[in-house]
Formats: sequence, structure tokens, C-alpha cells
Amino acid sequence: METVMTKPAYFVALCASFFVLTGCADQQQSLYQWGSYENQVYALYADNGRVPPEAQITQLEADYQKARAANKSVPPGYHAHLGFLYFQVGKPDQALQSLQTEKALFPESTVYMDRLIARIKP
Amino acid sequence: MRLYFFRICLLIAAVLLTGCAAPKSYDYAALKQSKPRSILVLPPLNNSPDIRATYSFMATVTTPLAESGYYVFPVALVDQTFKENGLPNAGEMHQAPIGKIAEIFGADAALYITVDQYGAQYQLLDSSVTVSANARLIDTRSGQLLWEGKASASSAENDMNNSGSVLGMLISGLIKQIANSIGDKGYPIARITSARLLTAKPGGLLHGPRSPRYEKD
Repeated sequence: METVMTKPAYFVALCASFFVLTGCADQQQSLYQWGSYENQVYALYADNGRVPPEAQITQLEADYQKARAANKSVPPGYHAHLGFLYFQVGKPDQALQSLQTEKALFPESTVYMDRLIARIKP
Repeated sequence: MRLYFFRICLLIAAVLLTGCAAPKSYDYAALKQSKPRSILVLPPLNNSPDIRATYSFMATVTTPLAESGYYVFPVALVDQTFKENGLPNAGEMHQAPIGKIAEIFGADAALYITVDQYGAQYQLLDSSVTVSANARLIDTRSGQLLWEGKASASSAENDMNNSGSVLGMLISGLIKQIANSIGDKGYPIARITSARLLTAKPGGLLHGPRSPRYEKD
């Protein structure tokens, strides 16, 4: 039995392990460039306001510029979250603009964005 | 020589096949019929003693869901909206009528997550950080369950301690307990749990409309 080592069997085993290795690894390209979005959300709660909204805005805007330069999309919620921060620091115009951008990029958000826009608009 | 190679290949194939072969078939009829495009993730319920669990876990859910092809509502803003509507915590938010969620947010589906375990588990020789959670995806129009799943991750998984002596193990265990209690060691583990729980895969959630693999699962 030990000496039976037919070429097809060898080939099949090799193929199987190769297929499974690459199949499992599954390196799909990511749809979005995330920047620090989720860590900013985390910091908002975990650090108890130790990171002021202004600093978060600066970081998110910088990440956004990087994504644009790389011709990548920022994830869903990114612009809306930015709008939320602008509203907190008393910049309703930028807040509105960010919410409009979210709505334009992701029409799935229309109902919610319209609701928020209506609240901010004078 | 060749025989050895063959055996190794066979072994790798066997291990990996069992490791990632499609798990038990899941009934996707409701999810396939509902075809949600957007998911509203409510701030997770926390059944662990660590109060940080809710917002730590909440900060990890957007990546796996959005990369799987769904629109994910801005989680912090959603939390704020719930609070402004008189629901101050995750427990009350989870009790909100599903029709209200559809009306206010226009979300196709709502995801209810419960964190069962979050943080360090103190044991005599070692302490590891574990985060486990379960999730239920509900259609906001019909109230029907579309999908549910659970996942867990632990720092012990890639934290093989090779110290030879029992004393060595005791000391490193102590240091780890102190290190774990300072920072929120749960957050990086929560990211792994969240990715396991919410990334589309066989037996897990299906891909959403924004993924190139939509309707190819």
C-alpha cells in the first residue's frame, strides 16, 4: 500500500490542498477605505469626551482626503457621522453638507438623512 | 520523499477541508425573500459585567456588515436618535416597536445583538479575554426573523504561553491580569468576534447588494 503512489492521486492531493488553501484564504478586495472611522466611534464613548469633537473632525476629514486621493470610497455612515460631529460643534452648514453627501452616496439612508436635515435646517 | 509530500498535502487538505467546509445548511428562505439593502444596528444589549461592552461592540459592527455589501446606518448617530426619542439605554431601544424603526430610519432590517461575555476571565494560572455575542436580523416591515448567529473570540487563541515552569506561568499570569485590567482589552477581541459573527460566509450572513458577490452565495 505504501508504495502505491500513482501520479493522478498525487496530483489530486496537490490540487486539493492548493485549492483549499487559496479558497480559505479568500483575499477579497475591500469595498471601502475605513480610515479611523470605527476607532473614532469607539473613542466617542470609551474615552468619555477626552478626544474633543474638533479633533475627531480633523482626523476624519484627513482620512477622507486620503481615501479620495487613493480613489477609494469611504464606508457607509462616514459622512453622516461627520455631520453629527459638525452639528455638535455648532457648524450646521457643514453638518448639512455632510448629511447630503451621505444621502447622495448611499440612497438607502434617504429617509433618515431627510429627517436629520429637516431638523437642522432653519 | 515524494510520498512524504503527498502525505503532507493530504493532511493539509483534510485539516483545511474540515476546518472551513460549509457548515450545517442554514435556511435562507426568509433572508433571500426579504433582500434587505440596509441594516440598522441597535446598540448591543450587554449581559456581561463590563459596562463598556455595549459601545465597544457597537464600534466594531460596521466593517463586517458594510464589507459584506450592506448599507449600515451610522451607529453613533442612531444611538443619539434613540436617546433623543426617550430611550436612554440599549435595553429600552431593543424594546422599541419595529414599525417605529422602519418609520424613523427607513431601514430594511434591524440587527439585535447581545454581548454575552466581555472581558477577562480570571483563572489561577492565566487570564484570557473573551468576547462572545449573538445576533438576530429582523425584517422591519414584517417583523420576521431573517437570520441569526453567534460567535466568540478569545485572546487565548493566539496567546500560547511557552513558559516551562509553573512559577513562570504564575508570574506571567499576574502581569497579564494587571495589563488586562488597565486598558479595555476587550475591544480588539470584540473586533474579531464581530468579524466572525457578521462577515458574510457559508452558514453565516449572505452578501448584500453592494457586494460583487450579491446573490452568488
